[in-house]
Amino acid sequence: MIDSAENAPLLAMRGIDKSFPGVHALRQIDLTLRRGEVLALLGENGAGKSTLIKVLGGAHRPDEGEIRIEGEAVNIHSPADSQRAGVGVIYQEFNLVPSLTARENIFLGHERSTATFVNRGDEHQAAIELFERLGVSVDPETLCRDLSVAHQQVVEIAKALWLDARIMVMDEPSATLTPKEIERLFEVIRELQAAGIGIIYISHRLEEIFSIADRVTVMRDGGHVTTKLIDQLTRDELIEAMVGRKLENEFPARDVIPGKPRLVARGLTRGDAVRDVSLTVHQGEILGVTGLVGAGRSETARLIFGADRLDAGTVELDGKTLNIRQPRDAIREGICLLTEDRKNQGLILDQSVRHNFGLPNLSRFSSRGFINQAAEREAFAEFIDTLGIKTPHQEQQAGFLSGGNQQKVVLAKWLARECEVLIFDEPTRGIDVGAKYEIYLLMNDLAAQGKAIIMISSELPEILGMSDRILVMHEGRVTGEITDVAQATQEQIMQLAIQ
Amino acid sequence: MSEKPKSSQASIAPRAEASSFNWAQWFAEYGMLLVLGLLCVGMCLTTISETHPNGSSAGTEFADDIIQKHGADKQVLVVAGVTKEDKGFVEALAARLKESDVEIVAALNGFPGDARKILSDLQSQDKKVDLIACNSTSQTWSVWKVMRRESPQIGTMEVVSPESYYWPSFLSAGNVLGIIDNATIFAIIGIGMTMVIITGGIDLSVGSLLALAAVISTMMIRDLAGGADAGGLGVFVCCVTAIAVCGLLGALSGGIVLTFNTRPYVVPPFIMTLSMMLIARGLAYIISGNQTIAGPDLPASFNWLGAGTTFGPVRNPIVLMFVLYIVAHVMMSRTTVGRYIYAVGGNTEAARLSGVPVKRVLLWVYTGCGLLAGLGGVVLASRLSSGSATYGNTYELFIIAAVVVGGTSLSGGEGKVFGTLIGALIIAVVQSGLNQQGVSGRKQELVLGVIILAAVLLDMLGKRAVQKRRSKT
Repeated sequence: MIDSAENAPLLAMRGIDKSFPGVHALRQIDLTLRRGEVLALLGENGAGKSTLIKVLGGAHRPDEGEIRIEGEAVNIHSPADSQRAGVGVIYQEFNLVPSLTARENIFLGHERSTATFVNRGDEHQAAIELFERLGVSVDPETLCRDLSVAHQQVVEIAKALWLDARIMVMDEPSATLTPKEIERLFEVIRELQAAGIGIIYISHRLEEIFSIADRVTVMRDGGHVTTKLIDQLTRDELIEAMVGRKLENEFPARDVIPGKPRLVARGLTRGDAVRDVSLTVHQGEILGVTGLVGAGRSETARLIFGADRLDAGTVELDGKTLNIRQPRDAIREGICLLTEDRKNQGLILDQSVRHNFGLPNLSRFSSRGFINQAAEREAFAEFIDTLGIKTPHQEQQAGFLSGGNQQKVVLAKWLARECEVLIFDEPTRGIDVGAKYEIYLLMNDLAAQGKAIIMISSELPEILGMSDRILVMHEGRVTGEITDVAQATQEQIMQLAIQ
Repeated sequence: MSEKPKSSQASIAPRAEASSFNWAQWFAEYGMLLVLGLLCVGMCLTTISETHPNGSSAGTEFADDIIQKHGADKQVLVVAGVTKEDKGFVEALAARLKESDVEIVAALNGFPGDARKILSDLQSQDKKVDLIACNSTSQTWSVWKVMRRESPQIGTMEVVSPESYYWPSFLSAGNVLGIIDNATIFAIIGIGMTMVIITGGIDLSVGSLLALAAVISTMMIRDLAGGADAGGLGVFVCCVTAIAVCGLLGALSGGIVLTFNTRPYVVPPFIMTLSMMLIARGLAYIISGNQTIAGPDLPASFNWLGAGTTFGPVRNPIVLMFVLYIVAHVMMSRTTVGRYIYAVGGNTEAARLSGVPVKRVLLWVYTGCGLLAGLGGVVLASRLSSGSATYGNTYELFIIAAVVVGGTSLSGGEGKVFGTLIGALIIAVVQSGLNQQGVSGRKQELVLGVIILAAVLLDMLGKRAVQKRRSKT
């Protein structure tokens, strides 16, 4: 029984198997993608989604298995093979050259030229047509670094379209987008669907899956768990399939009663990014701070932490005014910041997890400048145990850990510091459901110890589920405070965030 | 619950480690040592030659040999040439023979003519000569044959000399120490360069700072401390001042680099130290008036640091170098400062947000590099007993090469100081080999370039193999 080209699925991956030394990353994975379909690929971090995508994108070669595109077996040995076969992969970190224009990026490596001269006019016209097809207006002559993340993504999609991609893979495309931008992304995806392009959509956000996907494939521990039409699944069933066990709640119950004020910030100002922001966090309280990307949330956190200089404003801790000029001062006073950008700001990826853990804690593990490495190892071993950090050994480079485990290393380094005020900036971004829950539990635990916690998040369910009080920001200002979180709704927050 | 294992490694099973011996890993860690070893083996093989024992130790040994073979009841004439080694040989040989009551009719350091005269004298005194103990030089003299023919009555006049053997001249203690000595300047300054490069920077000014320190120290000794009659303390103060000036200029470079390090207002280390390179070289020329400050104006004590041998046969700069390396290694691997240096190079922003005093670290590193460049200058001036603004030209490039050959990444965050020592030794071994083969200066540069490139490529290949193995987790 041979599929004719007409009936054959757009993409069929059969029995894909891939092992790395010590890890069986993919176990006999089957995946089918039809024309004009959005297939959501789900699974916790480390489930093998990225490896599978890299096999399709030509970054890894499978040990076993077969890939057919429109019924025809293809050999994908390199990213170029993959492109030629009609696969476009849009990775989370874009492959754009920031100093080139949108147009130049689209045609990079495939310039339209007569003799050796690039034909700008042609390219410009073609770029405009591509953007029109996607229903987005982007000026092709803007430098990529000046484009918003959403527009950069559109440029990536246009680039794939230009190469005649029939299969498009999007890895966490919504992670850094605002709700409005996500809506626009969905419109683009629907355009692509209408053109018969098949889309593999990877995301941790279940709401999105339910609104955009046609079918869902769930992976766990390198194996295939289930593939079903989205209508045949409930949210809980989906989580269960991913985690492999029943999850009672997405958010743990909180029973901490906030006490006296601990951190008080007054009139924080820096340029246009943060304008006259005041906030108070109480003992045992989790203060949720939300708003659209660019609302000044992270910038406010950086000001409190001393990462940027204040134009005006004061920060008090337990009634004492602090003089914070650099992060070092803030850390000494017991304030810590878990940055949203783990890879660039939270960790030194090329260095061992132990060194990363020790960095803010060296004063604890050293006397007269000499580090007691045994003490450091012992302390870190304890955190590896309690936080369940999955690392082969303490000397493993941080960059080789999965996102969730990287976040746990960042957590460990600040927990060891025993800070009094903890600022979590997007603590669960890019982290799977199971690990999210653990981090929530930990935050509750810290709050119960009387610490003051600020949690910045774009995920409204998380803000609503975890916060004792919510501040909403817009364009550098606090535009609203919600004290009765139990009665609050996402719509109410969005109203404040958009103003 | 059972007791917790003390080491965390024990509690978590290794996942990515292959069970078999990991060659790639080993090569990445110790590849440069292997390269150095291979170079040395190669040098040994190409320099194997006949070696004739000479000098005092050979003399003593040879004496025992003679008594064993010929007995103590002989009358012996001891003869060798006039070099220092020859004299030591004769002296030791004669002394040892006397100890064993061998009759020594005469001991001579001289020329064949002298030998002939002595033999004639002996003949006239009716003395007998059974053995003539020679070294390789005197053994070949034809005077022996002639005398045996002309005056057989003097005795058998059997010529004996220590047996020669084959040995790589590369491996002689003198040569090995010489090579290490040649590496000291690069190696000492290389410590500072390694630290700068680990922070992600570079320092092009070290060669010029070296010249500046050489000029300042020698001029101060000549003009302020009393010239050739300068006392030890004066010399010391002058040297420390010269080193301190270089430290200050290093601090200036560091200060400007760290003040302008946030985009878009950036003065990259390359540009800053390039300027400092020109400034310091210019200063050295201006201060010295383009004149070499030479030996006669400097006291003999000034020579102690660069050429003295307080510790047996090992020259003082070698000792200084090893001490500095041990200190630097401990600093980089065991102290907070070292950890901070790696952190700043690995990810400046993450380091700053983790409370690392980034600015202080950078200031310290550039100051340290300047100080070490100054120290290198003083050592060189002391070794050569002179100071000149031309010293250290293009040294910065060789020092950077030593650091890179030693496995330190130019992108910062990783590297080891001992690697730099290996790198400096590799360069010194190659240079010495080329000198022995009589390769001229220009050709040497070419060969050195190829060797540095090959070493770095090898290192990269090793690292890539490791990365490939590891990234698959």
